[in-house]
Amino acid sequence: MHIVVCIKQVPDSAQIRIHPVTNTIMRQGVPAIINPFDLFSLEEALRLKDKVGARVTVLTMGPPMAEASLRKALSLGADDAVLLTDRKFAGSDTLATSYALTSAILKLSEEDPVDIVFCGKQTVDGDTAQVGPGIATRLGFEQLTYITRIEELNESAKEIVVQRRSEGGVQVLKTRLPCMITMLEGTNTMRFGKMDDMFRAARYELKTWSRDFTGAEEAKVGLKGSPTVVSKVFVPKPRAEKAKMITADGSSPDALAAAALDAIFAAQPKLADDLLARAAAGL
Amino acid sequence: MSEPSKPQGRKFQLPEHLKVYKNVWVIVEQERGIVHSVSLELLGEARKLADKLGVEVGAVVLGAEGPDLNRICGDAISYGADIVYKVTDPVLADYRTDPYCRVMTDVVNAYKPEIVLLGATTLGRDLAGAIATTLATGLTADCTELDIYADNRSLAATRPTFGGTLLCTIQTLAYRPQMATVRPRVMAMPERDDSRTGRVEEVFPNLQEESVVTKVLNFIADREQNEAQLAFADVIVSAGKGLGKAENMKLVFDLAKVLGAEVGVTRPLVQAGWAGSDRQVGQTGKTVRPKLYIAAGISGAIQHRVGMEKSDLILAINTDPNATIFDFAHLGLVGDALTILPALTDAFGRRLSVNRLAG
Repeated sequence: MHIVVCIKQVPDSAQIRIHPVTNTIMRQGVPAIINPFDLFSLEEALRLKDKVGARVTVLTMGPPMAEASLRKALSLGADDAVLLTDRKFAGSDTLATSYALTSAILKLSEEDPVDIVFCGKQTVDGDTAQVGPGIATRLGFEQLTYITRIEELNESAKEIVVQRRSEGGVQVLKTRLPCMITMLEGTNTMRFGKMDDMFRAARYELKTWSRDFTGAEEAKVGLKGSPTVVSKVFVPKPRAEKAKMITADGSSPDALAAAALDAIFAAQPKLADDLLARAAAGL
Repeated sequence: MSEPSKPQGRKFQLPEHLKVYKNVWVIVEQERGIVHSVSLELLGEARKLADKLGVEVGAVVLGAEGPDLNRICGDAISYGADIVYKVTDPVLADYRTDPYCRVMTDVVNAYKPEIVLLGATTLGRDLAGAIATTLATGLTADCTELDIYADNRSLAATRPTFGGTLLCTIQTLAYRPQMATVRPRVMAMPERDDSRTGRVEEVFPNLQEESVVTKVLNFIADREQNEAQLAFADVIVSAGKGLGKAENMKLVFDLAKVLGAEVGVTRPLVQAGWAGSDRQVGQTGKTVRPKLYIAAGISGAIQHRVGMEKSDLILAINTDPNATIFDFAHLGLVGDALTILPALTDAFGRRLSVNRLAG
C-alpha cells in the first residue's frame, strides 16, 4: 500500500508582506512550520503504516526552503519525500496547485500505485480547503473530507470505512480505494519522532521535481493557470465611529459596571426586555 | 466599486463564448430534509447581486423526491429565488461527493449561471472544491463580502487572508461561473416573503446507484447538542488572553450564566487549551451575530474581529486604552476584566432578579 501525504509549509507568524506589483504574498524571512492541519493527516497515515505496513511518501509544493518541512515529516516516520519546486508554479491558486500536485502524484503512481492521498483539512494561511477536493477530483479518487475516524481498512478488498463529520451529524461511509482523505483537527495526536528516523531524515536525499519532470503543462500552473485574480489587498477599515467609552466617578469596578449596564440598555432598549424576559423565565 | 488595478501578463477579458452565462445561483444545502440556514442567508445575498446585475436568482435543490424537497423548493422562492432547479434522484438522498459533483457539473453546463454560491460548510466546501475543478473555474472560499464591479459586471469576492490580517478581493475574470463560498451567519438572514412567486424546473439526472462507489452505511444525527451553540446565541461573553490564566475563565462563565449567554473565546485560548474549538469565534472558528457581545480581555485582532463584528452591540473591556478592539466596538470600558467581569455579573444579577421578583 502506498500512501501520499500532501503537506504545506506555512509561515508561523502573522508577519506578512504583499508584493506591491503582483499583489501576491511574499513568504521570505518569515519562520516556517508544517501547516498544523496537515499533521493530523500525517499522523493518520503513519498509523496506517504501523497497522498494514504501508509506504508513506510526503509531498509538498513550494520554494526550495520547504525542504525543512519534508525533513520534519521524515523524522516523524515518513518513508520518502518529494519536493515539487519550480519558479513556474509561483502564484498558483488552488486550481493550479491541485493540478501541479496531481501531476506529481501521477508520477509517483507510475513507480508505485498510490492507494490513499491524505491532505490537511485546510491550511492556516490560505484557509480554502480546496486543494484536497481538487486533487481527488483530478485523480478520480473517492473524496473523504472532514474524517473523524478510520474505522476499518481492508487491504485485500481495497475497502475503507470512515466516519465523516457533516453539519448535522456523522456519516459512516464505506468506499473503495483509491481515495483522498482529509482529517478533522483534534482526531489524533502527532507522535514524537524516533531517534533512527531523525538520523535518516537528516541524511535522506530528497527527490526534487520540476514542472518538466512531472509533465505538468505550463499553461495550467502559476498565475497563467489560475482563474482567480487577487485584485485588491487591503487593511480593514476601522468603523467610522470609535467605541463610546464608559466612565464612572471613582472608576470602581462596581461603578463602571453600573454605567456599562446603563449604556447597554440605552443603546439596545429591546435587549433589556429580552434579558428580563429570560430572567423571568428562570434562565 | 471601481475596477481594480490589474497585474501584468495574464488574460483578464471574458471570452465571447462565456458571455452567455447569466443569473446568480445558490446551491441549497439540505441534509435529511433540514435546510442549512446559510443557504437562506445566501439567497438574500444572491438577490442583491442579481438585482445589481438585472438577472434572476436560481436555487438548486438536490435530493430524493418527496414532501421535504417540495417544501424546500417553496422556501427557496420565499427567501428570494426566481427559479428553483429541483434535481431529484434516489441516489442523491444523502450527500456524497461523486454523484453530487457529477450532477452539479451537468446542471451548471446546461443552464450556465454566471455566479454560483455555496455555504462554507462541510458539504459546501467539499462540493465546491470538486465542481470548481471539473468546471475549471475560480472559487473563492469563506467570503465576508460579495459585490459586483459595475465596469465589467464581475463578482468581487472579499475575504480575510493570512488568518485575517488583511482582506483581499478576488475575482474570476476570464472563466465562468464565478464561484464563492460564504460561512454561516456572515450574511444577514433575509425576511421570508410567502407572497413571492417563482418557477420550479424539474431535473431528473437518472443516476445509477451501481455507479457510485461510496456507500452511506449509517448517519448518526447529533441528538444531544453538547457543543456550544454560538452561531445563534443572542448574547455572548467572550474571553481573550487578557484573562491571564485558565482559572479566570470562571469569571466569564459566571457572567454568561446570569445573562443566559454562550461563552466564546479567541483562537489563542483554544490553542492554550482553555476552551474547546467549538467556542472559538473568528476566522477559523465561528461567525456570530448576537444582540450583545461582551469582549473581555480581547485585543481585537482581525482574526477575531471578522467573526463578531456584525454583532448588534459590542462592549469591549480592556486594560489598554489603545487596544484595537475599541476601534470597532460600540461601547468601550478601560479596566481589568478580572475585576469588571464580577462587577458586571453582580450588576446584571441584581437588575434581572429585581425584575423577576417584581414580575
